Amino acid sequence: MDSALGIHRLHFAFTATFHYIFPQLTMGLALLIFVLKTQALRTGRAEYDQAAVFWTRIFSVNFALGVVTGIPMEFQFGTNWASFSRAAGGVIGQTLAMEGVFSFFLESTFLGLLVYGRQRLSPALHWFSSLMVFVGSWLSGFFIIATDAWMQHPVGFKLGPKGEILLDSFGTLLGNPWIYWQYAHNMTASVVTASFVMAALGAYYMLRRQHEAQGRLFVKTGVAAGMAATLLMIFPTGDRQGRMVTEYQPATLAAMEGQFDTMRGAPIALVGQPDMERLELDNPINVPRALSFLTHQRWTAEVKGLKDFPREQWPDNIPLLYYSYHIMVGLGTVMLAVMAASVLLWWRGMLFTHRTAMWALMLVFPFPYIATTFGWMTAELGRQPWLIYGLMRTAQGPSMSVSAGNGIFTLLGFMGLYALLALLFVFLVYREVERGPVEASAGVH
Amino acid sequence: METVWFCLVAIMIAFYVVFDGFDLGAGLAHLFVGRTEAERAAILQAIGPVWDGNEVWLLAGGGTLYFAFPALYSSSFSGFYLALMIVLWLLILRGISIEFRNHIDSEMWMPFWDVVFGASSGLLALLYGVALGNVVRGVPLGADGFFFLPLWTDFLPGQKAGVIDWYTVLTGLASLAALSMHGSLWVTMKTTGELRARSRQFAGRSWWAAAAMTAAITPVSFWIQPHLGERFAEAPWGAVFPALAVAGLAGAWIYGRRDRDGMAFLASCAYLLGMMTSVVFGVYPYVLPSNVDASRSLTVFNAAAPHYGLQVGLYWWFPGIVLVTGYFIFAYRHSHGRIEVN
Repeated sequence: MDSALGIHRLHFAFTATFHYIFPQLTMGLALLIFVLKTQALRTGRAEYDQAAVFWTRIFSVNFALGVVTGIPMEFQFGTNWASFSRAAGGVIGQTLAMEGVFSFFLESTFLGLLVYGRQRLSPALHWFSSLMVFVGSWLSGFFIIATDAWMQHPVGFKLGPKGEILLDSFGTLLGNPWIYWQYAHNMTASVVTASFVMAALGAYYMLRRQHEAQGRLFVKTGVAAGMAATLLMIFPTGDRQGRMVTEYQPATLAAMEGQFDTMRGAPIALVGQPDMERLELDNPINVPRALSFLTHQRWTAEVKGLKDFPREQWPDNIPLLYYSYHIMVGLGTVMLAVMAASVLLWWRGMLFTHRTAMWALMLVFPFPYIATTFGWMTAELGRQPWLIYGLMRTAQGPSMSVSAGNGIFTLLGFMGLYALLALLFVFLVYREVERGPVEASAGVH
Repeated sequence: METVWFCLVAIMIAFYVVFDGFDLGAGLAHLFVGRTEAERAAILQAIGPVWDGNEVWLLAGGGTLYFAFPALYSSSFSGFYLALMIVLWLLILRGISIEFRNHIDSEMWMPFWDVVFGASSGLLALLYGVALGNVVRGVPLGADGFFFLPLWTDFLPGQKAGVIDWYTVLTGLASLAALSMHGSLWVTMKTTGELRARSRQFAGRSWWAAAAMTAAITPVSFWIQPHLGERFAEAPWGAVFPALAVAGLAGAWIYGRRDRDGMAFLASCAYLLGMMTSVVFGVYPYVLPSNVDASRSLTVFNAAAPHYGLQVGLYWWFPGIVLVTGYFIFAYRHSHGRIEVN
């Protein structure tokens, strides 16, 4: 990874991965805060408003970090990926500029009112602010997914005389079939993260026997939203996302699944280690015929293996892609099990006093973060060796004028700065958690 | 069509300078003007609900530049690589200093973030001026339309110049002075009593610095970039832009003396708009001149995206900006009025 290309890839991957820790929570949390505010307005009960105030404080720390780490993402298209930007800026610049105009202004304006305006605004207008923050953050997600979807599955363009990529149909760009399932999958995953975090904090208060009324509300809200969102994340959104990869990126599918040989009735490997020398999966535990069924809805369908794709179409880091995908799916399954068990206990009336369940809910909250990160790694490593699938190779994309040495300098700079941000983040969120929800509502904001 | 988008991008960047300019300037001024923690908190409160929205003009303007002029975006962002990375780090530090300061009421925590906030605001104001100076001076564009500038070389604005040379230092200082004035006029308008008086005095001093620097960089700019003179000679109506700047500067002084705080701030907005539009008008049709071979310069025409994309962009841009105007009116109305020091 000491080539300029490797550094530019690592630069983007590092800053994007760190950045997305924050929006994956805030997008989902914006929905949950809106739900709490709606309940407060509808029932007039103070506990909902108290919960909304507390979560808005957690939200604002996350949002601030999402904003400051998000600005470098837009800049890096130009600074580190100039060749790509020159070729494709006329297309993906559309959706990125729309994000700025349609969602960032909306979000920032109404977040200011949500955080600072509780005393100045009427309850209805304050509720409206929470709705607008939700709409703004989800629109932002939409435009980013639209941009990524175009790189995964480019549509609505034509090639110019010198091979430049020209926007041909704006309608087709925004109607890209890849956008909608990816968006639905990503946004349900974001609600999953927020729900697990809310449930985990509720469980923490229940276990400490502190702020128990609020803790119970957090667990209820987190488990209800978490159950629904986890199901939707797996089916239909995850399933459809997988089918889209099958259809448009068949080599990626084979690499994700560790399927080296073409076969009918292909099994799915739950675990196993891809051996890239001998081109087989070591120590596999298989479910017979499952891959054929999941990808083609027929138990005996043929699934094309990696060996039958030309090498130059293979993703360039197959083991990492394979593990990313398997970690995502594996943790998703654990998350579903935890939520299902919690719902069952809740139905039997035992959830809030069941200490094992509370411990499980509390400890499991990092899983959605890890699964989401590996999910994005699956999408982005799976697209390799293409920067724009089928159209532009990653090796053709970086800024040719920026040397590896300069790239390492700024990468180290970002690593240092982000390490500081991570420490501050943990410290400040921990303080908010220790202050708790009751005091927050009596506080200044 | 290219020229339309050139104007729209220029307007967005000018709005960024006017809006985020006052909170950058307030950040710089608050170290000098606010004597106590309470006073500094009041200044932060004067920008707290709006600074993030102001900064969005940078992102929206950058995004619009990206899709309308992809060749300019890719060339300038990679060419000014190191300088822009420093800008990013400063934006990060500044953002968290505003948002995190009030989380902990402590004698160490708050002053620490105040210094980070003031220093990062000041450095950003300086760097934005340096950036504008680079655009006026030109960069060593290669045949492929790319370049790479080191941070500095011999500090001379010749063909081997880095990002920082004596000319761009001058433009940087001009920007620092102008935004100090702009920001302290905002603080004057938003506060009362002693804090307002001190801020008013700071604005008066920075007015002199801004006036002196404006007078200094104007002839030097015409000397460094001969195209400016040709441009104003060929289209004399363009003199309205420098005239706006001068009128704004005069207005800031006159209204400032008469304690018309709101008008003084608006005059300062006019001054900044006048300065920005003068530069933009003066370099047109260039968007990034080459200082080695004029034929390699990026112009409005050779850097723009194809016609179809620009056409489509207009359909969403105008409704979008109408909405943005609505949000801004809403947000500023809800944070209207002066802030008392607690």
